[in-house]
Amino acid sequence: MNPTSIASKVRSFLTSFVQDDDFEDSDNIFELGLVNSLMAMQLVLFLEKEFQCKFSNEELNLRNFRSVDAIVTLLSSKAA
Amino acid sequence: MQAKASDAPKIKCVVWDLDNTIWDGTLSEGDDPILNPHILTALRTLDERGILQSIASRNTFDDAWARIQGFGIGDFFLYPEIHWESKTGSIARIAKNLNISTDSFAFIDDQPFERDEVQFQMPEVRTFDPTDLPELLSHEAFIPRFITDESKLRRLMYQSDAKRNAEERSFKGPGEAFLQTLDMKLEIRPAETRDLQRAEELTQRTHQLNTTGITYSYEDLNTLLLSPKHRLLVASLTDRYGSCGTIGLVLVELDPAGWDIRLLLMSCRVMSRGVGGAIITFLRNEARRHGTRLFADFKETDRNRMMYITYKFSGFEDKSSDNGVQRMEADLSNIPAYPSYLDLDARFGPLS
Repeated sequence: MNPTSIASKVRSFLTSFVQDDDFEDSDNIFELGLVNSLMAMQLVLFLEKEFQCKFSNEELNLRNFRSVDAIVTLLSSKAA
Repeated sequence: MQAKASDAPKIKCVVWDLDNTIWDGTLSEGDDPILNPHILTALRTLDERGILQSIASRNTFDDAWARIQGFGIGDFFLYPEIHWESKTGSIARIAKNLNISTDSFAFIDDQPFERDEVQFQMPEVRTFDPTDLPELLSHEAFIPRFITDESKLRRLMYQSDAKRNAEERSFKGPGEAFLQTLDMKLEIRPAETRDLQRAEELTQRTHQLNTTGITYSYEDLNTLLLSPKHRLLVASLTDRYGSCGTIGLVLVELDPAGWDIRLLLMSCRVMSRGVGGAIITFLRNEARRHGTRLFADFKETDRNRMMYITYKFSGFEDKSSDNGVQRMEADLSNIPAYPSYLDLDARFGPLS
């Protein structure tokens, strides 16, 4: 799967949760207060289901989920 | 009666057939059914023990439900499955809706075919014939170790869950906006003796959301409650649908080198409401206020990965691993605010 389509799936999931969809792919969604740890957990479950993968304990780190770009990097590295 | 080994889990949910089980007669054959003479006592007794009840019946829903309401017993049943499909599927759906595993289910049906079909697909479900009543009620598996004030309210709590879930599904908008509408109040406080039965019940019932998989007996918990080296906390939640009761338990070991969360567990009924994260935020704030470090034990089981993610997303990092127990430490420099949808009333209690 290419990075653009990963990014668009992640964005559409996030915008179903947050009140404000005016953010860039590079923005830190936690610092902007868009996502808290509860939603981060739901995001993990969504990504594992959508992309048929399982994150390792090391990968389960907020830094890897802090922005759309970071998530794309994480998923691309798993697919490689 | 197919009694199984006494180490099988206690029954948490009884699924009833209708025709010639709850009542005598077959509705779809035009009978005018009368209630099985033992049924009212059985329904009430199980309800008071905190054992949930549901229905798996092959019938037309509207006809059967009208009879049930006519007998005045509709309130006893959660997520009834009344249709012409298989009872195995019905039991699976009930288990999913209640979030209870099928190894604590009993199924009562007069037809050997139905019992055998369920037994074949789900050998862990305990099946009985209605002629086993009323003796069945004294069967060990149907007697919880403790009957707490909350056991008697369990059905009502699940009924408000069902209402809340239905409203959540119909709610259009961001997930967090729905949580805002619930007016949730989370109370965290040191446990007292009167909390211990419920605390034990919670450790026995909660496997998915237990950070170490360890269950504690009443006696264990009482020892920890009295120990000056430990702090046992209970969490309870109320919202606009009523009380969810005691939904969380935390055991902290107060070591001079740092506090250690030996156990954190939550009822699965509140899993999707951010309660775990809020409890951890509270513990981080308290550790920082007392100028100490905060550690946590995590032991992976086949079901508790959600708790690992909760720790990892709440500022904890893996430090070391010993005999399958991960030791984690919390970053106390950057603690997030409590979620805005949760009104917190929390105290850790004085240190001796």
